[in-house]
Amino acid sequence: MTSKSLLGALLATTVLATPVFAADKQHPTTGEALAHDQTFTYRVLDEQSSVDPQVVEDVSGSEIVRDLFEGLMNQDADGNLIPGVATGYTTNAEKTVYTFTLRKDAKWSNGDPVTANDFVYAWRRATDPELASPYSWFMEIMSIQNVSEILAGEMPTSELGVRAVDDYTFEVTLSAALPYFAQMTTHATTFPTHQATVEKYGKEWTRPENIVSNGAYVLTEHLPNERSVRERNTMYWNNDATIVDKVVALVINDENVAFTRFQAGELDRTEIPSGQYPRLSEEMPDKVLVAPRLCSYYYNVNLTETGNPALQDVRVRQALSLALDRDIITQNVTAGGQIPAYTFTPGATAGFEVPDSEAAGMTQAERDAKAMALMAEAGYGKDNPLDLSLVYNTSEGHKKIAIAASQMWKQKLGVNVELSNQEWQVFLQTRSNAEYEVARAGWCGDYNEASTFLDLVQSGSGYNDSKYNNPEVDALLAEAKTMDDPTANYTAVEAIIERDVPIIPIYHYTINYMMDTDLGGWPVNNVEQNWYSRDLYKIAE
Amino acid sequence: MISYIIRRLLIAIPTIFILIVASWALMKVAPGGPFASERPIPPVILANLEARYGLDQPEWKQLWDYFYNIVVHFDFGPSFKFKDRDVNDIIAQGFPISLTYGFLSFLAASIVGIGLGVTAAIRHNSWVDYSAVSAGIAAQALPNFIMGPILILIFTLYLGWLPGGGWNGGQWQYLIMPVIALSTSFMGSISRIMRSSMLEVLNSNFIRTARAKGLPERTIIWRHAMKPAMLPVVSYLGPVFVAVLTGSVFVDMYFSTGGLGQAYVNSALQRDYSVLLGVTILYGTLTVTVNLITDLAYAWFDPKIRF
Repeated sequence: MTSKSLLGALLATTVLATPVFAADKQHPTTGEALAHDQTFTYRVLDEQSSVDPQVVEDVSGSEIVRDLFEGLMNQDADGNLIPGVATGYTTNAEKTVYTFTLRKDAKWSNGDPVTANDFVYAWRRATDPELASPYSWFMEIMSIQNVSEILAGEMPTSELGVRAVDDYTFEVTLSAALPYFAQMTTHATTFPTHQATVEKYGKEWTRPENIVSNGAYVLTEHLPNERSVRERNTMYWNNDATIVDKVVALVINDENVAFTRFQAGELDRTEIPSGQYPRLSEEMPDKVLVAPRLCSYYYNVNLTETGNPALQDVRVRQALSLALDRDIITQNVTAGGQIPAYTFTPGATAGFEVPDSEAAGMTQAERDAKAMALMAEAGYGKDNPLDLSLVYNTSEGHKKIAIAASQMWKQKLGVNVELSNQEWQVFLQTRSNAEYEVARAGWCGDYNEASTFLDLVQSGSGYNDSKYNNPEVDALLAEAKTMDDPTANYTAVEAIIERDVPIIPIYHYTINYMMDTDLGGWPVNNVEQNWYSRDLYKIAE
Repeated sequence: MISYIIRRLLIAIPTIFILIVASWALMKVAPGGPFASERPIPPVILANLEARYGLDQPEWKQLWDYFYNIVVHFDFGPSFKFKDRDVNDIIAQGFPISLTYGFLSFLAASIVGIGLGVTAAIRHNSWVDYSAVSAGIAAQALPNFIMGPILILIFTLYLGWLPGGGWNGGQWQYLIMPVIALSTSFMGSISRIMRSSMLEVLNSNFIRTARAKGLPERTIIWRHAMKPAMLPVVSYLGPVFVAVLTGSVFVDMYFSTGGLGQAYVNSALQRDYSVLLGVTILYGTLTVTVNLITDLAYAWFDPKIRF
């Protein structure tokens, strides 16, 4: 018998020997027939930084952590807040004390109950200068009492404003009211950790052989730079509702190779390779998934004296913004279904109303005419051209956009743009030191609320790379922090941004996935793309 | 011979020392740092991170501690990017992988390359020669970053014979494409060097003498011509060996093997200082060692060379 037919014979026996009971199973709500093999395999670009909730700092790592651990609150398919380990919460009138009631049936993967003390331990750990979590800033923007002092090493972590009232009541005291606090507890940094395990194994506690977690899955295999595998956690309180048994994340650096492997059926999900969206959305429309994300692509304008003096003139900034044809950029340059942006905050953000933007309502011809008029008013034109430099971090995609932008500025406004690219780390330094004139930037929201974007234009923000300083904006944003409904303030700030142009919004990102048609339950409408494998299912083909 | 080896080893130590200091300096001169990101970390938190990894110490102290830990504890420090692993872990995990398919590629490239070169030389100016030369040139013109995607297209997508990537503990299905991708261009170069060197030797006086003596062609080739003809190939094989190990960067990227090349490139891009230095030292030491072995091999192939 040749090796090939031997293999075939073996396969045949295995198939025959396996009972086929799973084939009749149906999804409880949609009624779709479920596949026998409930394995979800997807591509990640890079190895995750960690699966330690308090340490993880990258998107793909957080995706794994969301499966392995469960925080106080979760999100549903639309991004709404639903109970996690906590069944609910109450706040005091000032919204400075949040009290979470924890479910009594939540267990760690070793059978221990999940208690309020696990959250106290984890939250203190996240702020511990000794752990030096790169995401401890997230605890700081949660405004928990004493967090800044603890991070600065002036107070012990025991002074953090968190308390286990009893085993199933967790209380948080804030230094300032924060209406969206509960939403922030869906973030990985706030997930509980098992103290005994962390203390026993030190930094090696996250290895598959040591890890104890409380989410719907446990980590069963981790081969750095190759794959990590998580499998159903039988101790999870809602394990009965979990459908996908096994989730495999494969590290594939090259997007084209990933796409080839997707076509070969090795992956259920990968990213659409850049520039291929128009072709693929025609050839295999049922596998192309595009949905808005909480991310914006924009240009920073340096408003300090180290920038271009001409950019101090608001008319020049307005003209530059108006002359950018976002439709051409999104349809012909990025060509990935991106959404043209006239505001910094994406329209998909919860509780955000897009202001009545004058520019968004005009045709591009009208915008161009207005841009030319403004530029002429400011004293620049084809006879007296403005010289401008535009810097971006080295990437084919950014380069294409920069070339398109410079052409639009050149043709319409006669601006001579000098393009330059810098390696990522150099670029970050250039931008934060304000050693540029116009610089490429991108920002993704940390939580689904407009302040995660608009805080960037606050004069005191460390991320305000344009060095924009407008007391009116600062006041509106400060007031928004304690308002029941800050929507009007956010809309007002966006209107000011459109007038002052400290930044030039270009487009809002979209998720661009190739998704196998037999994968169900993907939360397309969750703009933060916080997906949980336990909500997914494989449909029988 | 022994004293030569000892002398070479003694030179190797300062060489590696200089390598470390130079890499350290270059690394520190490059802008950015391991904790820089799109979202600048608040100064207080940055200070905590720097304190944890000793980056708040003066440079000379950092360098001194680094050497001290290597020499005394053989500890290359923690990774700044992967918080739950240190450099020793990363090398221990990635190097065996790179070494496995690197060594297999080296074997494939040398055996096929030498075989092809010798065959071409023996059948000089025949169709065998021409096809071997064409194959060699074609192979040489196919670097691994071209071969990678082509192989995946053919074997994974069109034929569906092999998995498109991964390592799976080094199962043969996962080894084939990385080895082909990595060895092809070296194979081409080796075959061309072997062919011209063999041709030269076959035209030399002592081979003519051997033929005149009536020795069978097989004996002439294998016993007399092979050894001197191998000399240029051997001097090329040393660098090839290092190159298949360090050249694994593309293979790691395309085939997700989890080898060290990928860790190396990412550490440079992300300024993961300790990983970058650790792998540099490993590759540096490897280069020095392989060069030494190559030099010693000369003596075996060419009795005229004496140390």
